[in-house]
Amino acid sequence: MADYTQMWTELGLNLDNHNALLENLGGAYQSIFMTQENRPEGMAYFDFVMSEAHGLRIQELRDEQKAGRKIIGSFCVFVPEEIILAAGCTSVGLCAGADFAQDEVEKVLPRNTCSLIKSFFGFELGKVCPYMEASDLIVGENTCDGKKKSFEIFKEMVPNFYQMDLPQTKTPMARHMLKHEFKSFVEKLEEMTGKSIKLEDLKQGIATVNAKRQALRRLSMLRAADPAPISGLDALLINQIAFLDNPARFTEKVNILCDELEIRVKENKGAKATNAPRVVISGCPMAIPNWKLPSIIEAKGAVIVGEESCIGERGQRNLTDDSADNLDGLMDSITDRYFKIDCAVFTPNQDRINHIKEMKQQYNADGIIHYGLQFCQPYIMESFSIEKQLEKENISVLRLETDYSQEDMGQLSTRVEAFVEIIK
Amino acid sequence: MRLAGIDIGSRSIELIVLEDGQVVHSKQAESGYNPIERVKELIADISFDKIMATGYGRGIVEVAFNFPTVTEIKAYGAGATGLYPGVRSVLDIGGQDTKVISINEMGKVTKFEMNDKCAAGTGKFLEMMATTLGYQTHQIGTEAQKGEKGIEINSMCAVFAESEVTSLLAKGCKRNDVALAIHQSVCRRAVGMIRRQNISTPLMFAGGVANNSCMIELLEQSLGENIIVPEKPQFVGAYGAAVLAGLS
Repeated sequence: MADYTQMWTELGLNLDNHNALLENLGGAYQSIFMTQENRPEGMAYFDFVMSEAHGLRIQELRDEQKAGRKIIGSFCVFVPEEIILAAGCTSVGLCAGADFAQDEVEKVLPRNTCSLIKSFFGFELGKVCPYMEASDLIVGENTCDGKKKSFEIFKEMVPNFYQMDLPQTKTPMARHMLKHEFKSFVEKLEEMTGKSIKLEDLKQGIATVNAKRQALRRLSMLRAADPAPISGLDALLINQIAFLDNPARFTEKVNILCDELEIRVKENKGAKATNAPRVVISGCPMAIPNWKLPSIIEAKGAVIVGEESCIGERGQRNLTDDSADNLDGLMDSITDRYFKIDCAVFTPNQDRINHIKEMKQQYNADGIIHYGLQFCQPYIMESFSIEKQLEKENISVLRLETDYSQEDMGQLSTRVEAFVEIIK
Repeated sequence: MRLAGIDIGSRSIELIVLEDGQVVHSKQAESGYNPIERVKELIADISFDKIMATGYGRGIVEVAFNFPTVTEIKAYGAGATGLYPGVRSVLDIGGQDTKVISINEMGKVTKFEMNDKCAAGTGKFLEMMATTLGYQTHQIGTEAQKGEKGIEINSMCAVFAESEVTSLLAKGCKRNDVALAIHQSVCRRAVGMIRRQNISTPLMFAGGVANNSCMIELLEQSLGENIIVPEKPQFVGAYGAAVLAGLS
C-alpha cells in the first residue's frame, strides 16, 4: 500500500490507533482469507480492494469530493442507494464489525449494548474509520431501539448526522410513512447538492443498483452447486465489499468472477470438498471485519452456501421496478422494493422464516445456523420461533449468540463442530 | 479389535480401552498444567488398534499425537447410547461445562445446548464451594443430603457465591444446609437447560458431577422421574469416543 499518512491526517484519523487497527486487520485477513485453498482467481480483485479499503478507495472518494460529489455514509440496507446515486452522490457503508476503544465506548453507552452499535461508536471515538470521517452526511435509521436511542448520543459526536425514520409494521400506513421518509431524504440530498433529482437521474440510479443486485444474485445461485465453487467466507467478503466499492466497477468484477465460477461448476471444481456439510447463516449482519463465525464454520469442514442477512440476501434480494415514467412513480417502486426487506424490527415478520426455508431449499443446505449478536433483541427474540418452525420441518438449527470478542472461541468452535457432526 | 477412547476434559482426562465391546482398561488422571504429558503417561502401557479423542483438549492431542477427534457432544451421545440403548437424552455436567444432548430413536444426536461464556453451575463450581465450606469435593454431596432446605443461594458466579456462602456461615447457617442450597442452585440451572430443550426420556446423567448423590436426588425430584446414572459417569465421553473409534 502507498503512503496515505497525509490523507489520514487530513481526515483527522488517530494515526496510532489507525495503524494498530490496520495491523490487526491485515493479520486477520491473511490468516482467514489467504490460507483458503482453491480460491477462484477472480477473488484477487476483492483481495486488492480489501488491502486498499483504507487507502486507494478513500483516495477515490476524496477525488470524487473534489469533483463535487458528496459522500453519504450509512449503517443500514434501508438507506436507498438508488436515491443517493440519483442525487449525484456516493453511498458507503460505515464500519461496524470490530471492537475498538471499548473503554471509551462504555463511557457513553451501556455495557449491555450490541457489538455492532458499540463498534461504530468505537470507530468514531477512536478516530479510525476513514469512511466515517470522509462522509459529508451520516445517515442513521430508526431500526431497533438500540440504534435509534444510540443515535441520540452519536449525533452529538459527528457534525453531519441525518436521521431517517422507519416503520415497524407492513401496513399501508407504514408504507406511506416509508415513502414519506424517502421523499424527505430526497429533499435533504437536493438541499446538500443544490440540484434537483430528475427522472433520468433516478432511472440511472435504479439501473446501477439493480445491476449490482443482479450480479450478487448470480453469485448466490452459483453457490447452489455441490461442490460449492466459492467459499462462504469469500462470498461474504464480496457482499461486504458491495457497501464500499464503486457500484459499476464492483458489478463488473462480480460478473467476471461469476463467469469463472460457472466454468468451475461445469467442471465440477469446488472451493470446498464435494459433499461438505452445507450451512445457511441467518440472522444479524456481519460487517467488515466480522468474520469470526464464518471462519469457525468453514474451518470445521462445512461450507456456507448462503447468508440470510442484511449483508447478504436480505439486503440484496428484489430489484426496483424502473418502468414508471414519472418521479413519483419511481419513488413508489423504490418504496415497494425496500418495504419488502424482512428485518426483525418488523412485526409480524413471517416473510423472514419463509425466506430461510426457501434459501435452505435453493442452496441445498443441510442446516441453518442462526447468528444473533448478544443484546440484539429483535433477532434473538425472533430466533426462538424460527428454531421452532424449522424444527417442525425437520431442519437442523443451531442458535448461537455471540459478540465481537474472542472470549468464547473455544465454546463456539465446539458447538459449531458438534452441529457439523449432526448435519453430516 | 482393541478400541481406545480418550476424553481430555478441563479438569480430568479419562481413558477407556474396549476389547470386543467390553471395557478392559479404564484410567483417570487430572489434566493439570501439561495435558499432553498426562496423555502420554496414560497411553504409555496400553495397546490399541484404533483411538479417538474427545473433550475440551481434543485439539491439542490432534496436533501432538495425530489422533482423530470428535466433539464431546457426539462422544457423550454415542457413549450413552452404547451403555443404555434407547436412552433419549443426556445431561452432562463436567469440570467446566454443562450440556444437554437430545438423541433420536436411532441413537443419533439431534440437538444440544451448552453453557457458553460462564462456567457457573459446573463441577468446578461445586469444587470451589466445597473448599469454601471446608469439605472434600467427594464429600459435598453426601453432606448436603444431611442438610435442610430453606436457604437460597442467589449468585451463580463462583466468586460472588463464595462471598454469599461465607456470609451465610457468618450468620450462623449450618454447613450442611448451605451445601444443600448450593446443590439446589446448580440443579435449577441444569433443569432450566433441560426444559428449554424439550427433551425426551429416558435421561442419562453423566460427567463427573453425576457421582454426586445429592445432585441425582434433586434432579429426580425436580424432573419428577428417574434418571439413569451409569456406574462411572465420568467415563461416558471416553467410552463413546472408543465406540466411535470402532466406526471410524
